Amino acid sequence: MMDWQPLSLTFRLAFVTTILLFIIAIPLAYWLAYVKNRVKPVIETLISMPLVLPPTVLGFYLLLAFSPNNAFGQWLDASLGLRLVFSFEGLVIGSLLYSLPFMVHPIQSGFANLSPSLKEAAYILGKSRWTTLTKVLLPNIRPSLLTGIVLSFAHTIGEFGVVLMIGGNIPGQTKVASITIYDEVESLNYAAANTYSLILFVITFCILLLVYLVNGGHVKSYWK
Amino acid sequence: MIDFRLEKRLNFAEGGQQLDVEIQLEKGQFVTLYGKSGAGKTSILRMLAGLLRPDAGHIGVQGQQWYDYQKNIFLSPQKRQLGFLFQDYALFPNMSVRENLLFALPKDQPDAIIAELIELMELRELQNRRPNRLSGGQQQRVALARALVQKPPLLLLDEPLSALDQEMRLKLQEYLLEIHQKYGLTTILVSHEPNEILRLSDTVYVIEQGQLVNTCTPQELFSDTVSQSFSCIGKIISLFEEEGQVKLKLLVQEQIILHRVAKAKARGWAVGQEVEVELDFSSIRVKKSK
Repeated sequence: MMDWQPLSLTFRLAFVTTILLFIIAIPLAYWLAYVKNRVKPVIETLISMPLVLPPTVLGFYLLLAFSPNNAFGQWLDASLGLRLVFSFEGLVIGSLLYSLPFMVHPIQSGFANLSPSLKEAAYILGKSRWTTLTKVLLPNIRPSLLTGIVLSFAHTIGEFGVVLMIGGNIPGQTKVASITIYDEVESLNYAAANTYSLILFVITFCILLLVYLVNGGHVKSYWK
Repeated sequence: MIDFRLEKRLNFAEGGQQLDVEIQLEKGQFVTLYGKSGAGKTSILRMLAGLLRPDAGHIGVQGQQWYDYQKNIFLSPQKRQLGFLFQDYALFPNMSVRENLLFALPKDQPDAIIAELIELMELRELQNRRPNRLSGGQQQRVALARALVQKPPLLLLDEPLSALDQEMRLKLQEYLLEIHQKYGLTTILVSHEPNEILRLSDTVYVIEQGQLVNTCTPQELFSDTVSQSFSCIGKIISLFEEEGQVKLKLLVQEQIILHRVAKAKARGWAVGQEVEVELDFSSIRVKKSK
Protein backbone atom coordinates (compact mmCIF):
# COMPACT_ATOMS: atom_id res chain seq x y z
CA MET A 1 0.00 0.00 0.00
CA MET A 2 1.33 3.37 -1.03
CA ASP A 3 2.18 5.84 1.74
CA TRP A 4 0.85 9.26 0.80
CA GLN A 5 2.30 11.04 3.81
CA PRO A 6 5.63 12.10 2.22
CA LEU A 7 3.79 13.61 -0.73
CA SER A 8 1.29 15.53 1.36
CA LEU A 9 4.14 16.75 3.57
CA THR A 10 6.06 17.91 0.50
CA PHE A 11 3.10 19.91 -0.77
CA ARG A 12 2.35 21.32 2.66
CA LEU A 13 5.95 22.50 2.91
CA ALA A 14 5.89 23.98 -0.60
CA PHE A 15 2.56 25.70 0.06
CA VAL A 16 3.59 27.30 3.38
CA THR A 17 6.99 28.31 1.98
CA THR A 18 5.47 29.91 -1.11
CA ILE A 19 2.95 31.97 0.84
CA LEU A 20 5.58 33.24 3.27
CA LEU A 21 8.04 33.94 0.46
CA PHE A 22 5.45 35.93 -1.46
CA ILE A 23 4.93 38.19 1.54
CA ILE A 24 8.67 38.57 2.19
CA ALA A 25 9.76 38.96 -1.44
CA ILE A 26 7.50 41.84 -2.48
CA PRO A 27 9.04 44.47 -0.16
CA LEU A 28 12.50 43.02 -0.77
CA ALA A 29 12.12 43.09 -4.58
CA TYR A 30 10.61 46.58 -4.40
CA TRP A 31 13.60 47.80 -2.42
CA LEU A 32 16.07 46.15 -4.80
CA ALA A 33 14.31 47.52 -7.88
CA TYR A 34 13.89 51.12 -6.75
CA VAL A 35 16.48 51.98 -4.13
CA LYS A 36 20.06 52.89 -4.88
CA ASN A 37 22.24 51.98 -1.98
CA ARG A 38 25.80 50.98 -1.27
CA VAL A 39 24.86 47.76 0.49
CA LYS A 40 22.52 46.70 -2.32
CA PRO A 41 25.09 44.57 -4.21
CA VAL A 42 25.83 42.67 -1.01
CA ILE A 43 22.15 41.96 -0.38
CA GLU A 44 21.67 40.91 -4.00
CA THR A 45 24.60 38.52 -3.71
CA LEU A 46 23.28 36.99 -0.52
CA ILE A 47 19.86 36.44 -2.06
CA SER A 48 21.40 34.78 -5.11
CA MET A 49 23.76 32.52 -3.13
CA PRO A 50 21.34 29.56 -2.95
CA LEU A 51 21.44 29.42 -6.76
CA VAL A 52 25.08 28.36 -6.78
CA LEU A 53 25.82 27.06 -3.28
CA PRO A 54 25.47 23.29 -2.70
CA PRO A 55 22.27 22.89 -0.62
CA THR A 56 24.29 20.85 1.87
CA VAL A 57 26.36 23.93 2.71
CA LEU A 58 23.25 25.95 3.50
CA GLY A 59 21.83 22.99 5.43
CA PHE A 60 25.07 22.51 7.35
CA TYR A 61 25.18 26.08 8.62
CA LEU A 62 21.49 26.06 9.45
CA LEU A 63 22.06 22.85 11.38
CA LEU A 64 24.82 24.50 13.36
CA ALA A 65 22.77 27.64 13.97
CA PHE A 66 19.61 25.81 15.03
CA SER A 67 21.36 23.20 17.17
CA PRO A 68 20.28 23.38 20.83
CA ASN A 69 23.97 23.15 21.72
CA ASN A 70 24.49 26.62 20.28
CA ALA A 71 23.69 30.03 21.74
CA PHE A 72 21.21 30.90 18.96
CA GLY A 73 19.49 27.50 19.13
CA GLN A 74 19.26 27.73 22.91
CA TRP A 75 17.83 31.22 22.70
CA LEU A 76 15.20 30.09 20.16
CA ASP A 77 14.21 27.20 22.41
CA ALA A 78 14.14 29.23 25.59
CA SER A 79 12.41 32.38 24.35
CA LEU A 80 10.16 31.17 21.54
CA GLY A 81 9.93 27.48 22.35
CA LEU A 82 11.12 26.70 18.81
CA ARG A 83 13.08 23.59 18.02
CA LEU A 84 14.20 24.11 14.45
CA VAL A 85 16.40 21.05 14.02
CA PHE A 86 14.55 17.96 12.81
CA SER A 87 11.21 19.73 12.74
CA PHE A 88 8.74 20.99 10.13
CA GLU A 89 9.28 24.62 11.20
CA GLY A 90 13.00 24.21 10.61
CA LEU A 91 12.31 22.89 7.13
CA VAL A 92 10.15 25.94 6.38
CA ILE A 93 12.98 28.29 7.39
CA GLY A 94 15.49 26.32 5.33
CA SER A 95 13.15 26.34 2.33
CA LEU A 96 12.56 30.09 2.64
CA LEU A 97 16.27 30.75 2.30
CA TYR A 98 16.77 28.10 -0.34
CA SER A 99 13.94 29.32 -2.63
CA LEU A 100 14.27 33.04 -1.95
CA PRO A 101 15.95 33.95 -5.28
CA PHE A 102 13.25 32.12 -7.22
CA MET A 103 10.64 34.46 -5.79
CA VAL A 104 12.65 37.68 -5.55
CA HIS A 105 14.25 37.69 -9.00
CA PRO A 106 11.10 37.54 -11.16
CA ILE A 107 9.32 40.15 -9.03
CA GLN A 108 12.36 42.42 -9.02
CA SER A 109 12.71 42.31 -12.78
CA GLY A 110 8.95 42.81 -13.11
CA PHE A 111 9.23 46.07 -11.15
CA ALA A 112 12.36 47.12 -13.02
CA ASN A 113 10.70 46.59 -16.41
CA LEU A 114 7.72 48.80 -15.63
CA SER A 115 8.02 52.30 -17.02
CA PRO A 116 9.07 54.58 -14.14
CA SER A 117 6.46 57.08 -15.28
CA LEU A 118 3.65 54.78 -14.04
CA LYS A 119 4.79 55.16 -10.45
CA GLU A 120 5.45 58.87 -10.91
CA ALA A 121 2.05 59.46 -12.51
CA ALA A 122 0.36 57.79 -9.54
CA TYR A 123 2.35 59.92 -7.07
CA ILE A 124 1.43 63.09 -8.93
CA LEU A 125 -2.22 62.04 -8.75
CA GLY A 126 -1.77 62.12 -4.98
CA LYS A 127 -1.62 58.37 -4.41
CA SER A 128 0.43 57.02 -1.51
CA ARG A 129 3.24 54.51 -1.98
CA TRP A 130 0.99 51.74 -0.68
CA THR A 131 -1.90 52.55 -3.03
CA THR A 132 0.53 52.87 -5.92
CA LEU A 133 2.02 49.48 -5.09
CA THR A 134 -1.28 47.63 -4.71
CA LYS A 135 -3.36 49.36 -7.37
CA VAL A 136 -0.80 50.17 -10.06
CA LEU A 137 2.51 48.30 -9.74
CA LEU A 138 1.48 44.81 -8.61
CA PRO A 139 -1.48 44.46 -11.02
CA ASN A 140 0.84 45.31 -13.89
CA ILE A 141 3.44 42.68 -13.04
CA ARG A 142 1.03 39.74 -12.68
CA PRO A 143 3.05 37.49 -15.02
CA SER A 144 6.16 38.07 -12.87
CA LEU A 145 4.21 37.33 -9.68
CA LEU A 146 2.89 34.11 -11.20
CA THR A 147 6.38 33.09 -12.32
CA GLY A 148 7.77 33.77 -8.84
CA ILE A 149 5.03 31.81 -7.10
CA VAL A 150 5.27 28.80 -9.37
CA LEU A 151 9.06 28.63 -9.47
CA SER A 152 9.32 28.84 -5.69
CA PHE A 153 6.67 26.19 -5.27
CA ALA A 154 8.29 23.83 -7.76
CA HIS A 155 11.75 24.48 -6.40
CA THR A 156 10.66 23.70 -2.83
CA ILE A 157 9.15 20.43 -4.02
CA GLY A 158 12.54 19.52 -5.48
CA GLU A 159 14.46 20.28 -2.31
CA PHE A 160 16.74 17.52 -1.02
CA GLY A 161 20.07 18.57 0.42
CA VAL A 162 18.83 21.20 2.86
CA VAL A 163 16.05 18.92 4.12
CA LEU A 164 18.43 16.04 4.62
CA MET A 165 20.83 18.15 6.64
CA ILE A 166 18.42 19.88 9.00
CA GLY A 167 15.29 17.75 8.79
CA GLY A 168 16.52 14.24 8.75
CA ASN A 169 13.99 11.54 8.05
CA ILE A 170 11.13 11.67 10.54
CA PRO A 171 7.86 10.33 9.05
CA GLY A 172 5.10 12.97 9.10
CA GLN A 173 7.54 15.62 10.32
CA THR A 174 10.40 15.95 7.91
CA LYS A 175 10.27 12.94 5.59
CA VAL A 176 9.36 14.64 2.32
CA ALA A 177 8.96 12.90 -1.03
CA SER A 178 12.49 13.51 -2.29
CA ILE A 179 13.96 11.93 0.87
CA THR A 180 11.53 9.03 0.62
CA ILE A 181 12.67 8.29 -2.93
CA TYR A 182 16.28 8.19 -1.77
CA ASP A 183 15.28 5.92 1.09
CA GLU A 184 13.41 3.49 -1.12
CA VAL A 185 16.31 3.24 -3.53
CA GLU A 186 18.68 2.60 -0.64
CA SER A 187 16.55 -0.35 0.39
CA LEU A 188 16.35 -1.49 -3.26
CA ASN A 189 12.63 -0.86 -3.38
CA TYR A 190 12.66 0.47 -6.95
CA ALA A 191 8.93 0.11 -7.58
CA ALA A 192 8.00 2.47 -4.74
CA ALA A 193 10.79 4.91 -5.70
CA ASN A 194 9.44 4.94 -9.22
CA THR A 195 5.90 5.71 -8.10
CA TYR A 196 6.98 8.73 -6.05
CA SER A 197 9.35 9.91 -8.77
CA LEU A 198 6.74 9.64 -11.47
CA ILE A 199 4.20 11.60 -9.42
CA LEU A 200 6.71 14.38 -8.75
CA PHE A 201 7.77 14.41 -12.40
CA VAL A 202 4.22 14.72 -13.71
CA ILE A 203 3.15 17.34 -11.18
CA THR A 204 6.16 19.63 -11.66
CA PHE A 205 5.86 19.27 -15.44
CA CYS A 206 2.23 20.36 -15.29
CA ILE A 207 2.99 23.32 -13.01
CA LEU A 208 5.76 24.65 -15.23
CA LEU A 209 3.72 24.02 -18.39
CA LEU A 210 0.95 26.12 -16.90
CA VAL A 211 3.32 29.06 -16.39
CA TYR A 212 4.59 28.93 -19.94
CA LEU A 213 1.07 28.64 -21.33
CA VAL A 214 -0.26 31.54 -19.32
CA ASN A 215 2.71 33.89 -19.65
CA GLY A 216 3.14 32.99 -23.30
CA GLY A 217 -0.42 34.12 -23.97
CA HIS A 218 -1.65 30.65 -24.97
CA VAL A 219 -4.32 30.66 -22.31
CA LYS A 220 -6.73 33.53 -22.39
CA SER A 221 -6.83 34.57 -18.81
CA TYR A 222 -7.67 37.54 -16.70
CA TRP A 223 -4.16 38.88 -16.50
CA LYS A 224 -3.74 39.38 -20.21
CA MET B 1 1.79 83.42 -9.67
CA ILE B 2 4.55 80.86 -9.89
CA ASP B 3 8.04 81.73 -8.85
CA PHE B 4 10.98 79.37 -8.73
CA ARG B 5 14.74 79.18 -8.68
CA LEU B 6 16.31 75.79 -9.11
CA GLU B 7 19.89 74.63 -8.76
CA LYS B 8 20.89 71.09 -9.53
CA ARG B 9 24.01 69.25 -10.53
CA LEU B 10 22.96 67.10 -13.50
CA ASN B 11 24.89 64.02 -14.54
CA PHE B 12 24.65 62.89 -18.12
CA ALA B 13 26.59 60.29 -20.04
CA GLU B 14 28.64 63.08 -21.66
CA GLY B 15 29.54 64.53 -18.27
CA GLY B 16 27.92 66.74 -15.70
CA GLN B 17 26.60 70.26 -15.84
CA GLN B 18 25.19 72.77 -13.40
CA LEU B 19 21.55 73.72 -13.80
CA ASP B 20 20.66 77.12 -12.39
CA VAL B 21 17.42 78.72 -13.55
CA GLU B 22 15.13 81.36 -12.13
CA ILE B 23 11.69 82.01 -13.64
CA GLN B 24 8.51 83.89 -12.63
CA LEU B 25 5.18 83.16 -14.27
CA GLU B 26 1.83 84.89 -14.07
CA LYS B 27 -1.34 82.89 -13.64
CA GLY B 28 -2.86 81.92 -16.99
CA GLN B 29 0.39 81.97 -18.96
CA PHE B 30 1.28 79.26 -21.44
CA VAL B 31 5.07 79.11 -21.62
CA THR B 32 7.60 76.91 -23.34
CA LEU B 33 10.97 75.72 -22.12
CA TYR B 34 12.99 75.53 -25.31
CA GLY B 35 16.44 74.12 -25.92
CA LYS B 36 18.48 71.18 -27.09
CA SER B 37 17.95 67.82 -25.46
CA GLY B 38 20.14 67.53 -22.39
CA ALA B 39 19.83 71.25 -21.63
CA GLY B 40 17.91 70.46 -18.45
CA LYS B 41 14.32 71.26 -19.51
CA THR B 42 12.83 67.97 -18.37
CA SER B 43 14.78 68.17 -15.12
CA ILE B 44 13.11 71.52 -14.41
CA LEU B 45 9.66 69.98 -14.87
CA ARG B 46 10.59 67.02 -12.70
CA MET B 47 11.82 69.31 -9.94
CA LEU B 48 8.61 71.34 -10.12
CA ALA B 49 6.62 68.12 -9.80
CA GLY B 50 8.69 66.90 -6.84
CA LEU B 51 10.02 63.88 -8.74
CA LEU B 52 13.57 65.21 -8.50
CA ARG B 53 15.02 67.02 -5.53
CA PRO B 54 16.94 70.23 -6.32
CA ASP B 55 20.27 70.96 -4.64
CA ALA B 56 19.17 74.47 -3.73
CA GLY B 57 16.60 77.17 -4.52
CA HIS B 58 12.88 77.58 -3.91
CA ILE B 59 9.50 76.94 -5.53
CA GLY B 60 6.42 79.00 -4.69
CA VAL B 61 3.07 78.39 -6.37
CA GLN B 62 0.21 80.78 -5.67
CA GLY B 63 1.52 81.72 -2.27
CA GLN B 64 2.24 78.14 -1.25
CA GLN B 65 5.84 77.07 -0.59
CA TRP B 66 6.54 73.75 -2.38
CA TYR B 67 10.24 73.80 -1.87
CA ASP B 68 12.63 75.96 0.07
CA TYR B 69 16.20 74.91 0.60
CA GLN B 70 16.84 77.38 3.39
CA LYS B 71 13.71 76.51 5.36
CA ASN B 72 14.15 72.81 4.56
CA ILE B 73 10.72 72.52 2.94
CA PHE B 74 10.16 69.81 0.35
CA LEU B 75 6.60 68.84 -0.54
CA SER B 76 6.21 65.32 -1.93
CA PRO B 77 4.65 64.97 -5.42
CA GLN B 78 1.44 63.78 -3.73
CA LYS B 79 0.99 67.14 -2.01
CA ARG B 80 1.64 69.36 -5.03
CA GLN B 81 -1.39 70.47 -7.00
CA LEU B 82 -0.38 69.91 -10.58
CA GLY B 83 -1.03 67.88 -13.70
CA PHE B 84 1.83 66.20 -15.57
CA LEU B 85 1.78 64.82 -19.08
CA PHE B 86 4.48 62.27 -19.81
CA GLN B 87 6.01 61.57 -23.18
CA ASP B 88 5.02 57.90 -22.87
CA TYR B 89 1.50 58.80 -21.62
CA ALA B 90 1.91 56.72 -18.41
CA LEU B 91 -1.60 55.31 -18.54
CA PHE B 92 -2.16 52.41 -16.16
CA PRO B 93 -2.41 49.33 -18.41
CA ASN B 94 -4.50 47.38 -15.90
CA MET B 95 -7.33 49.92 -15.97
CA SER B 96 -9.77 50.97 -18.66
CA VAL B 97 -9.90 54.58 -19.85
CA ARG B 98 -12.71 55.32 -17.42
CA GLU B 99 -10.96 53.55 -14.55
CA ASN B 100 -7.81 55.56 -15.23
CA LEU B 101 -9.84 58.75 -14.79
CA LEU B 102 -11.69 57.45 -11.73
CA PHE B 103 -8.38 56.47 -10.13
CA ALA B 104 -7.34 60.13 -10.29
CA LEU B 105 -10.52 61.27 -8.54
CA PRO B 106 -10.03 62.07 -4.83
CA LYS B 107 -12.48 60.26 -2.56
CA ASP B 108 -14.39 63.35 -1.47
CA GLN B 109 -14.77 64.90 -4.90
CA PRO B 110 -17.97 64.47 -6.97
CA ASP B 111 -17.49 62.52 -10.19
CA ALA B 112 -19.20 65.05 -12.47
CA ILE B 113 -15.77 66.12 -13.71
CA ILE B 114 -15.21 62.64 -15.19
CA ALA B 115 -18.24 62.91 -17.45
CA GLU B 116 -17.26 66.44 -18.37
CA LEU B 117 -13.73 65.45 -19.38
CA ILE B 118 -14.91 62.37 -21.27
CA GLU B 119 -17.19 64.68 -23.23
CA LEU B 120 -14.57 67.40 -23.76
CA MET B 121 -11.82 65.00 -24.88
CA GLU B 122 -14.27 62.95 -26.98
CA LEU B 123 -13.54 59.74 -25.14
CA ARG B 124 -17.08 58.40 -24.83
CA GLU B 125 -16.59 55.61 -27.38
CA LEU B 126 -13.25 54.64 -25.87
CA GLN B 127 -14.03 54.76 -22.18
CA ASN B 128 -14.23 51.02 -21.62
CA ARG B 129 -11.11 50.16 -23.58
CA ARG B 130 -7.74 49.33 -22.11
CA PRO B 131 -4.86 51.70 -23.03
CA ASN B 132 -3.11 49.06 -25.15
CA ARG B 133 -6.07 49.11 -27.53
CA LEU B 134 -5.76 52.86 -28.19
CA SER B 135 -3.64 54.77 -30.67
CA GLY B 136 -0.91 57.13 -29.42
CA GLY B 137 -3.09 60.20 -29.94
CA GLN B 138 -6.02 58.63 -28.12
CA GLN B 139 -3.77 57.59 -25.25
CA GLN B 140 -2.43 61.11 -24.88
CA ARG B 141 -5.99 62.48 -24.85
CA VAL B 142 -6.80 60.11 -21.99
CA ALA B 143 -3.63 61.11 -20.18
CA LEU B 144 -4.56 64.77 -20.59
CA ALA B 145 -8.05 64.13 -19.24
CA ARG B 146 -6.60 62.20 -16.32
CA ALA B 147 -4.17 65.02 -15.50
CA LEU B 148 -7.13 67.41 -15.25
CA VAL B 149 -9.44 65.36 -13.03
CA GLN B 150 -8.14 67.06 -9.89
CA LYS B 151 -8.44 70.50 -11.54
CA PRO B 152 -4.84 71.48 -10.86
CA PRO B 153 -3.86 75.13 -11.35
CA LEU B 154 -0.57 74.13 -12.98
CA LEU B 155 -0.09 71.81 -15.95
CA LEU B 156 3.34 70.47 -16.93
CA LEU B 157 3.80 69.00 -20.40
CA ASP B 158 6.98 67.02 -21.09
CA GLU B 159 7.19 66.82 -24.89
CA PRO B 160 3.71 65.35 -24.91
CA LEU B 161 3.25 65.27 -28.67
CA SER B 162 6.67 64.12 -29.79
CA ALA B 163 5.62 60.51 -30.40
CA LEU B 164 2.62 61.46 -32.54
CA ASP B 165 2.21 62.08 -36.24
CA GLN B 166 1.58 65.54 -37.65
CA GLU B 167 -2.20 65.27 -37.93
CA MET B 168 -2.58 64.01 -34.36
CA ARG B 169 -0.33 66.79 -33.11
CA LEU B 170 -2.49 69.48 -34.62
CA LYS B 171 -5.57 67.91 -33.11
CA LEU B 172 -4.01 67.63 -29.67
CA GLN B 173 -2.73 71.18 -29.83
CA GLU B 174 -6.37 72.24 -30.18
CA TYR B 175 -7.32 70.24 -27.11
CA LEU B 176 -4.42 71.72 -25.16
CA LEU B 177 -5.41 75.28 -26.05
CA GLU B 178 -9.04 74.60 -25.25
CA ILE B 179 -8.43 73.17 -21.79
CA HIS B 180 -5.80 75.77 -20.99
CA GLN B 181 -8.40 78.51 -21.52
CA LYS B 182 -11.40 76.67 -20.14
CA TYR B 183 -9.77 75.76 -16.82
CA GLY B 184 -7.65 78.91 -16.47
CA LEU B 185 -4.47 76.88 -16.23
CA THR B 186 -0.89 77.97 -16.05
CA THR B 187 0.90 75.67 -18.43
CA ILE B 188 4.59 74.89 -18.89
CA LEU B 189 5.50 73.01 -22.05
CA VAL B 190 8.81 71.40 -22.90
CA SER B 191 9.20 71.30 -26.66
CA HIS B 192 11.52 71.97 -29.54
CA GLU B 193 8.88 71.98 -32.26
CA PRO B 194 8.59 75.51 -33.70
CA ASN B 195 5.04 74.86 -34.95
CA GLU B 196 3.85 73.77 -31.59
CA ILE B 197 5.57 76.57 -29.73
CA LEU B 198 4.25 79.27 -32.06
CA ARG B 199 0.74 77.93 -31.86
CA LEU B 200 0.49 77.30 -28.13
CA SER B 201 2.70 79.48 -26.03
CA ASP B 202 2.95 83.17 -25.24
CA THR B 203 6.48 83.18 -23.81
CA VAL B 204 9.55 81.09 -24.52
CA TYR B 205 12.40 80.48 -22.09
CA VAL B 206 15.49 79.37 -23.94
CA ILE B 207 17.61 77.01 -21.85
CA GLU B 208 21.17 76.20 -22.84
CA GLN B 209 23.44 73.95 -20.80
CA GLY B 210 21.41 74.46 -17.68
CA GLN B 211 21.20 78.26 -17.92
CA LEU B 212 18.36 80.52 -18.95
CA VAL B 213 19.84 82.44 -21.87
CA ASN B 214 16.84 84.21 -23.36
CA THR B 215 13.22 85.09 -22.59
CA CYS B 216 11.11 86.17 -25.54
CA THR B 217 7.91 85.62 -27.47
CA PRO B 218 7.76 82.68 -29.90
CA GLN B 219 7.56 85.13 -32.82
CA GLU B 220 10.79 86.80 -31.74
CA LEU B 221 12.53 83.48 -31.27
CA PHE B 222 11.74 82.16 -34.71
CA SER B 223 11.82 85.40 -36.73
CA ASP B 224 15.64 85.30 -36.78
CA THR B 225 15.65 81.92 -38.36
CA VAL B 226 13.34 82.70 -41.30
CA SER B 227 15.30 82.36 -44.51
CA GLN B 228 14.64 82.51 -48.21
CA SER B 229 15.04 78.77 -48.68
CA PHE B 230 15.17 75.65 -46.67
CA SER B 231 16.64 72.25 -47.13
CA CYS B 232 15.76 68.86 -45.82
CA ILE B 233 16.54 65.22 -46.35
CA GLY B 234 14.44 63.19 -48.78
CA LYS B 235 14.50 59.56 -49.73
CA ILE B 236 14.43 58.21 -53.28
CA ILE B 237 11.50 55.85 -53.64
CA SER B 238 11.77 55.33 -57.38
CA LEU B 239 13.92 56.48 -60.28
CA PHE B 240 13.96 55.78 -64.01
CA GLU B 241 15.40 57.31 -67.14
CA GLU B 242 13.23 59.24 -69.49
CA GLU B 243 14.34 61.32 -72.47
CA GLY B 244 17.89 61.74 -71.30
CA GLN B 245 16.85 62.74 -67.83
CA VAL B 246 16.26 60.85 -64.64
CA LYS B 247 12.79 61.03 -63.16
CA LEU B 248 12.78 60.84 -59.38
CA LYS B 249 10.06 60.14 -56.89
CA LEU B 250 11.13 61.47 -53.49
CA LEU B 251 9.66 61.07 -50.07
CA VAL B 252 10.11 64.37 -48.25
CA GLN B 253 8.51 64.79 -44.84
CA GLU B 254 5.67 62.38 -45.50
CA GLN B 255 4.99 63.90 -48.93
CA ILE B 256 5.90 62.59 -52.34
CA ILE B 257 7.65 64.96 -54.71
CA LEU B 258 8.29 64.33 -58.41
CA HIS B 259 11.47 65.80 -59.83
CA ARG B 260 13.80 65.45 -62.84
CA VAL B 261 17.55 65.78 -62.79
CA ALA B 262 20.21 65.48 -65.49
CA LYS B 263 21.42 61.96 -66.13
CA ALA B 264 25.00 62.78 -65.23
CA LYS B 265 24.01 64.16 -61.87
CA ALA B 266 22.09 61.09 -60.86
CA ARG B 267 24.91 58.67 -61.60
CA GLY B 268 25.19 56.15 -58.80
CA TRP B 269 21.92 57.09 -57.16
CA ALA B 270 19.70 54.25 -56.06
CA VAL B 271 16.29 53.62 -54.59
CA GLY B 272 16.34 54.02 -50.81
CA GLN B 273 19.22 56.49 -50.89
CA GLU B 274 18.90 59.76 -49.02
CA VAL B 275 19.35 63.05 -50.87
CA GLU B 276 19.32 66.66 -49.85
CA VAL B 277 16.33 68.59 -51.13
CA GLU B 278 16.57 72.34 -51.25
CA LEU B 279 13.50 74.43 -51.81
CA ASP B 280 13.15 78.16 -52.25
CA PHE B 281 10.40 80.33 -53.58
CA SER B 282 10.97 79.47 -57.22
CA SER B 283 12.70 76.14 -57.53
CA ILE B 284 13.64 72.79 -56.14
CA ARG B 285 17.18 71.45 -56.21
CA VAL B 286 18.22 67.94 -55.34
CA LYS B 287 21.77 66.99 -54.56
CA LYS B 288 23.68 64.14 -53.06
CA SER B 289 23.33 64.04 -49.31
CA LYS B 290 26.50 64.34 -47.23
